[in-house]
Amino acid sequence: MTEPAPDLTINTDLARQILVEFLRTEIQRAGFSHGVIGLSGGVDSALACYLAAEALGPENVLAVRMPYKTSAPESYEHAELVVRATGVQEKTLPVTPMADALFELVPDAGSIRRGNVLARLRMILLYDQSAEFQGLVVGTGNKTEILLGYTTLYGDSACALNPLGDLYKTQIRQLARAVGVPEVILAKPPSADLWAGQTDEGELGFTYEQVDRLLLLLVDGRYSPQACVEAGFSAKLVEQVIERIRRNQYKRLPPPIAKLSNRTIGYDFLYLRDWGT
Amino acid sequence: MRESAGRFTLAIAQISTRLGDVQGNLEKHLALARQARASGADLIQFPELSLTGYALQDLTPTVALRPNTKDPVFRHLLQASRGIDLIAGFVEADARSRFFIAAAYLSRGELVHIHRKVYLPTYGLFDEGRFFAWGDSVRAFDTRFGRVGMLICEDFWHASPPYLLWLDGADLLYFASASPGRGLSADPRLASASWVEHINQAYASLFTVFVAHANRVGFEDGLNFWGGSTVFDPDGRRVAQSPYHQEAVTLAELDLAQLSRTRTRLPLLRDERTALTLRELLRMQASGAGQAGGKEGGHD
Repeated sequence: MTEPAPDLTINTDLARQILVEFLRTEIQRAGFSHGVIGLSGGVDSALACYLAAEALGPENVLAVRMPYKTSAPESYEHAELVVRATGVQEKTLPVTPMADALFELVPDAGSIRRGNVLARLRMILLYDQSAEFQGLVVGTGNKTEILLGYTTLYGDSACALNPLGDLYKTQIRQLARAVGVPEVILAKPPSADLWAGQTDEGELGFTYEQVDRLLLLLVDGRYSPQACVEAGFSAKLVEQVIERIRRNQYKRLPPPIAKLSNRTIGYDFLYLRDWGT
Repeated sequence: MRESAGRFTLAIAQISTRLGDVQGNLEKHLALARQARASGADLIQFPELSLTGYALQDLTPTVALRPNTKDPVFRHLLQASRGIDLIAGFVEADARSRFFIAAAYLSRGELVHIHRKVYLPTYGLFDEGRFFAWGDSVRAFDTRFGRVGMLICEDFWHASPPYLLWLDGADLLYFASASPGRGLSADPRLASASWVEHINQAYASLFTVFVAHANRVGFEDGLNFWGGSTVFDPDGRRVAQSPYHQEAVTLAELDLAQLSRTRTRLPLLRDERTALTLRELLRMQASGAGQAGGKEGGHD
């Protein structure tokens, strides 16, 4: 199969300038000066941590490590590299006791359920630290995983604001390299690290480089499915990706409210978060 | 003032705004007008919706103004215009509760002209047609510093409003935007910034006029406004450039004699065949051909 090479290259200086200013401005407008980040040891949260440290000052950023007993040891070490390089504050809160207490109640839960539980328990820890540290939770979800729905609702997707959600994974890697994220983090296969040996690309069934090029055509370029096939992508991949995007739309929107009145939140009660600031 | 010499100094106030906080934004206008005047500027130009912020949605009726001396906001702006001419962006409410995205030109304590945005983008990330009424005129007007025209953002993404102003005698075009940055690529500029600068330079060159563009900066939720305000002269040369993504007041001294020099070399205005244009437009409209008049039924 010959695939096209739509250009995912970004100007990293410009992206960095906009995202740093976005974090600084929007956190201040919400009345805060601090940020809280769940630092996994992967490239997304590492990049978010570098950007937040630059935007807010490292002393105003709290990186929280939340390992489970099966988490890869190198995840913890890689997070440590980021903490040292950026100078942010750090706290380690293992999720194991909470998770195992819950798993004892539901011993039959499979790996997907367990993965979602871990993601949601980490959300609880992060939001509790948000209150303690008086900082907003900075999201780390990228455009690829948001579109594919490769994320846990009310789990890793929960945040106050997200600097990375309009960058594909391939672009995250470019920007991460440019801001100085250690090579060892950039080089390893992306993983949610919810169970041993798990990799994103293994679970998804395609590579990020492959799917990012397709998403760039489909979403940004507004190509029809047929045009994507004509551009060299397999019909099976195109169909699979479109179906994933459609099926996961619910994860990208607040829940629908049944409309009864003349003015209903979400439909005709429209204000930005920055209202009045 | 050096108006007799055909030169004047324009200050472009590339500001960030507070969303829905008219009083806070007014104070910034007044402070920058004083500062620009002290720097020798004769006219200060603010971006689109500079008194209100951009993505107003349901805030629209609550920030709308009536531009007259009784209005507490305009009273201050009119007072400020005794010292320096001033272009500001606001939401105008008419007597029948229609809301317009508007720009006002104030001078010597008087309201000289109001332009109501004639093209409301309602596609992609834009939803202006949901909240605002469509302006329905494009007019040049006389100022202390020449005959000018004002347009607001999407107005100059269409070629016809600048063209009409040119034919109506405008030698200086004042464009105001709240342009959200988009189209990140390998280029050092966002695609939206490249596009706008490209067409502004083209208008200056094609119409042999000055084109000053005031764009805002800052954020509204996830939108970034990229700034990069510019002034192009009748030769299409960039005579002023504000930074990207940062607040700035940029001064540009404009020599109106350049209009004559350029048009002597390049008599595009003299040779413009308006009757031919009008004849062909009327023919297309009568025959229903092309897009001539296509949108009129919807908005007039």
